Amino acid sequence: MNIIEIKNITKKYGDFTAVNDISFDVKKGEVFAFLGPNGAGKTTTIKMLTTLLRPTAGEILLNGHNVMENPHQTRKSFGIVFQDPSLDNELTSYENMQFHAILYGLKKEVYEKRIVDLLNLVELYDRKDAYVKNFSGGMKRRLEIARGLLHSPTVLFLDEPTIGLDPQTRNHIWTYINNLNKKENVTIFFTTHHMEEVERIAQRVAIIDHGKILIIGTIEEIIQKAGAKNLEEAFITLTGSTIREEEVNVGKNQMRISNKLMR
Amino acid sequence: MTAIYILWLRQLKRFIRKKTSIVGALGQPIIFLLAIGFGFGPVYAKAGAGNYIQFLAPGIIVMSVLFTSIFTGLEIIWDKQFGFLKETFVAPVSRFEILLGKTLGGATVAMIQGILVFLISLVAGFRPHLASLPLAFLFLCLVAILASALGAAIAARLDDMQGFPLIFNFLVQPLFYLSGAIFPIKNLPSVLDVITRINPFSYGVDGLRGAFSGVYVFSPLLSLGVLFGVSILILAVGAYQFSKVQL
Ligand SMILES: Nc1ncnc2c1ncn2[C@@H]1O[C@H](COP(=O)(O)OP(=O)(O)O)[C@@H](O)[C@H]1O
Ligand SMILES: [Mg+2]
Repeated sequence: MNIIEIKNITKKYGDFTAVNDISFDVKKGEVFAFLGPNGAGKTTTIKMLTTLLRPTAGEILLNGHNVMENPHQTRKSFGIVFQDPSLDNELTSYENMQFHAILYGLKKEVYEKRIVDLLNLVELYDRKDAYVKNFSGGMKRRLEIARGLLHSPTVLFLDEPTIGLDPQTRNHIWTYINNLNKKENVTIFFTTHHMEEVERIAQRVAIIDHGKILIIGTIEEIIQKAGAKNLEEAFITLTGSTIREEEVNVGKNQMRISNKLMR
Repeated sequence: MTAIYILWLRQLKRFIRKKTSIVGALGQPIIFLLAIGFGFGPVYAKAGAGNYIQFLAPGIIVMSVLFTSIFTGLEIIWDKQFGFLKETFVAPVSRFEILLGKTLGGATVAMIQGILVFLISLVAGFRPHLASLPLAFLFLCLVAILASALGAAIAARLDDMQGFPLIFNFLVQPLFYLSGAIFPIKNLPSVLDVITRINPFSYGVDGLRGAFSGVYVFSPLLSLGVLFGVSILILAVGAYQFSKVQL
């Protein structure tokens, strides 16, 4: 069964096409890696899948709901860890979790226990009353993952969840995520630039560049089709070796300006 | 409903935790009360208009509520920049509920600030009719809701704080100075007269002043109606703006 069906979606910013008529499906319970160089259109695609952006054209089904026509039901079905931070730094970790729980309509009896469980899972329970502004990058990321799982979503989106983290924390995070997929059958849709993370947990991979899907399949299929030794080499063979503009932490406005300059 | 509650609570927590900014925001009203209040007092009395502090205090209370409300509404821009608005927008909550939660949160915070200024004005010698405190409270609430909704509607259109000086100098300040907060709106040059009558906050200032002193320029029912009607209108505009926001 397909948990996500993407049919011919396109997203234009002005006359710049960030995502260009892409179509693919993700199966229920799958760990799906969505790869591509900076600026390829990964985040834009995830934003369309998660009701934050309206596609210029096309249709998306998520957990059986039409994302554009039925955003409310769609939103209950997924959890997300955004590429950029999205916590309230002026609140404690418990308060950030509680805010999310109440926003998602969870009952107090349910969320109190679940917050404790999840904070324990990401090893932040002893910091539950600490302000998020005092957290390290890794702690914030773990908290965001715990928060994304709070309302028991069917699909979890992770947009570069391990960016800027040390190998220990990355290892930890992928261990939770893998367990979650194995034990609770949560579908995982993630992006990353670390190919070893993909090789470790992904069942299928899509590579996108310049808003177009270049290839989709299992890791073995992709390596074979690209005639490469490993996934990293396949990735470079398919997307070329030119370095892309860094877009990490660039505000929306600056991004628009740099786009104008590039045209 | 619970979504509105948690959005409101977040705003309140953020406000209460910023103790220095609460005290800081009291600076301007205190300066107005002392410098303008006592400075213009003798001239005002000589003109036969009575005690200026009596006149000015309600205007200064509205000022603090107006500024705090609009700034709290504009905090949505920070939520956009720091990413927190994305967390709110992917939740199964309608944009209208988010707007209401933000507006009520901002209004509550502004009311707290307004009440603090009210207490300070008592120290400065303001002597209101206490019997009409509930009516005064109602007027102030409506001013707070109107201004928060306005701040939120503006914030929906902005991506960063660069437009802030423009909004502050060309919208917020004129709304305050042209509301009859610091001078009586009777016998004004006709252009000013028209502007003050169009400005919904004039009805807030007059309503509050009337509730405290018993003397109104506009009928209190008209003032309540204007504040209520304009609040609904701005909430509707805000809801539309919010529905258009893409992150
Ligand atoms: N709000 C926006 N306005 C204009 N262009 C944008 C906007 N957001 C993203 N882009 C552009 O769309 C392209 C795809 O961006 P994105 O989806 O963030 O890429 P990725 O996540 O794969 O790095 C980039 O060229 C980026 O600069
Ligand atoms: Mg991205």
